[in-house]
Amino acid sequence: MNNEKGILAIFKDPDQLKLAATQIRDKKVKSFDAFTPFPVHGIEDAMGMKRSFLPWVTFIAGCTGGSLGMYFQIWTSSIIWPLNVGGKPFASIPAFIPVTFESTVLIAGLSTAAALFWVCGLPKGNPRILDPRLTNDHFGLFISANDPQYRESEFSELLKRAGANEVRVL
Amino acid sequence: MNTQEIILRNAASLAKEPLIDPSKTYNDVNNDVCAPLERLPNKLWLKAFLIAVTVMTLGLTMMGITIGTGIGQWGLNRTVGWAFDITNFVFWIGIGHAGTLISAILFLFRQKWRTSINRSAEAMTIFAVMTAGLFPLIHVGRQWLGFWLFPYPNTRQLWVNFRSPLLWDVFAVSTYFTISAVFWFIGLIPDIASVRDRAKNKVRKKIYGILSLGWTGSARAWNHYETAYMLLAGLSAPLVLSVHSIVSFDFAVSILPGWHTTIFPPYFVAGAVFSGFAMVVTLLVIARKVLGLEPYIRIVHLENMNKIIMLTGMMVGYAYATEFFTAWYSGNPYERFVFINRAFGPYGWSYWTMVTCNVLIPQLFWFKKFRRSLPVMFVISLFVNVGMWFERFVIIVTSLHRDFLPSSWSMFTPSYVEIGIMIGSFGLFFTLFLLFCRILPTIAMAEVKGVMYSVKHDEQHGGSH
Repeated sequence: MNNEKGILAIFKDPDQLKLAATQIRDKKVKSFDAFTPFPVHGIEDAMGMKRSFLPWVTFIAGCTGGSLGMYFQIWTSSIIWPLNVGGKPFASIPAFIPVTFESTVLIAGLSTAAALFWVCGLPKGNPRILDPRLTNDHFGLFISANDPQYRESEFSELLKRAGANEVRVL
Repeated sequence: MNTQEIILRNAASLAKEPLIDPSKTYNDVNNDVCAPLERLPNKLWLKAFLIAVTVMTLGLTMMGITIGTGIGQWGLNRTVGWAFDITNFVFWIGIGHAGTLISAILFLFRQKWRTSINRSAEAMTIFAVMTAGLFPLIHVGRQWLGFWLFPYPNTRQLWVNFRSPLLWDVFAVSTYFTISAVFWFIGLIPDIASVRDRAKNKVRKKIYGILSLGWTGSARAWNHYETAYMLLAGLSAPLVLSVHSIVSFDFAVSILPGWHTTIFPPYFVAGAVFSGFAMVVTLLVIARKVLGLEPYIRIVHLENMNKIIMLTGMMVGYAYATEFFTAWYSGNPYERFVFINRAFGPYGWSYWTMVTCNVLIPQLFWFKKFRRSLPVMFVISLFVNVGMWFERFVIIVTSLHRDFLPSSWSMFTPSYVEIGIMIGSFGLFFTLFLLFCRILPTIAMAEVKGVMYSVKHDEQHGGSH
């Protein structure tokens, strides 16, 4: 990945980047990515990205965390060592709700973070920084040469017409 | 003046104040926010840091005395078994709540003004929860057995009591700390990457490179990132409400008059937000000046926070009144006695300090002039912090010191060790906050740029979307 060949276009205006991304997407290119200092809204559509699957992770992890939390409390209080505390039932369900809630949130939150790291490939030991300005005030579009639809001169021309300040072949 | 002019004038007066100095560019954001990280500390910072570390050392010494000899060093007695330490615990946990409110709840409500202040408020949350966590830990007496608080398989095969609110507290506070820290760190990743990419020094680049986890700002990553951020905000919002509710259960689940009341969870949450916002105002009035962040943390942000302080201040005022009404209406002589004793007994002075600081003084914020005046809001925020500290003291000590049996009545006077630990906790908090201001970007740069972009977009296309 670190020496992947391709074209990098650098824009100053995120709206031009979106326009360029739409045009590249329309050329049926799949291996391309935009690099922006902040999340530019509308780029998902321009690049033809699907909605993130992370809410499913959170939901399933939350359900698991909650069930495990509740089960663990019932198991410790009424199965493995039932202890009479103030004459309350061994499985005092209402009293177990706070810890159940906390374990739901804890497992859901940590799993969401872990899934985010996994899907974004973080932590990356030696990331390829295409241009240091891309985390500041410039917006980049990188098209990989590995894409079957890759046509260098045509895309360079297209990106320049879309308003790119610089187009570099890497 | 014709009709059209009048309409235009009215429209101009209704126009929203810009959240970020309109002359600023994306590049300015990076330069301004990263500047304090890249220059040597100035004299003011060094002085503040030195004071904070000294005060923290004092606190640590007092904690050492407590751990070395036992909590007999404190002014506690058989009647008043909870006092300064639990007051400080609830106080600091409460301070933390504003950070989560700003970062999570205002995010879900799409309040764009939060972006300038959320980073520092979240940092405050984490440091406040760390400070708070120390108090129950040193109060357990045998601190080296603190891990008994967690359910773990042990040789006695004995488990913790899941019916106890004190145990709920362990889970609530540790979950709160973990999730807040994760949320904060995820928010920091893109900004740390910005710091990495502008670093000129190799070591610096390496350190921030590791901290940024190799973030490159890829749009495919941003897509997941934004979803994860929203999910964590959605999880943090009920979490923060649960934490102070559970802290209030420490009291409300007992049968002690003055504690045994159903109003506690919402009352505690409102109080926590109230005190937390006051602490954010205290910190930001100074930090924006010292770090030169006035173009980003503008008067409008502080004014909005002051409005929340006024609102939540009236909510706690309402709760104070409701408690008295309920005590009278219950017809329970013990309940009535506790409240009369609270306001007119030997600790009456602390009750009236609380009412003055929390209910009366914030009323000044009805005036726009005061809401927007830095010296006024700074002084009011200090009063609110004092008042909210006293609120916890009043709830804990006045309810305990005169219970059902007059023969066990007693008074509580703090020892120098307790006072030292309390002052030291401020030292710890400020030490951590001052370090944060030098090491990490104090403003969420990526989010601020996003707001700048959407503002520009709205102007170009006329109207919002």
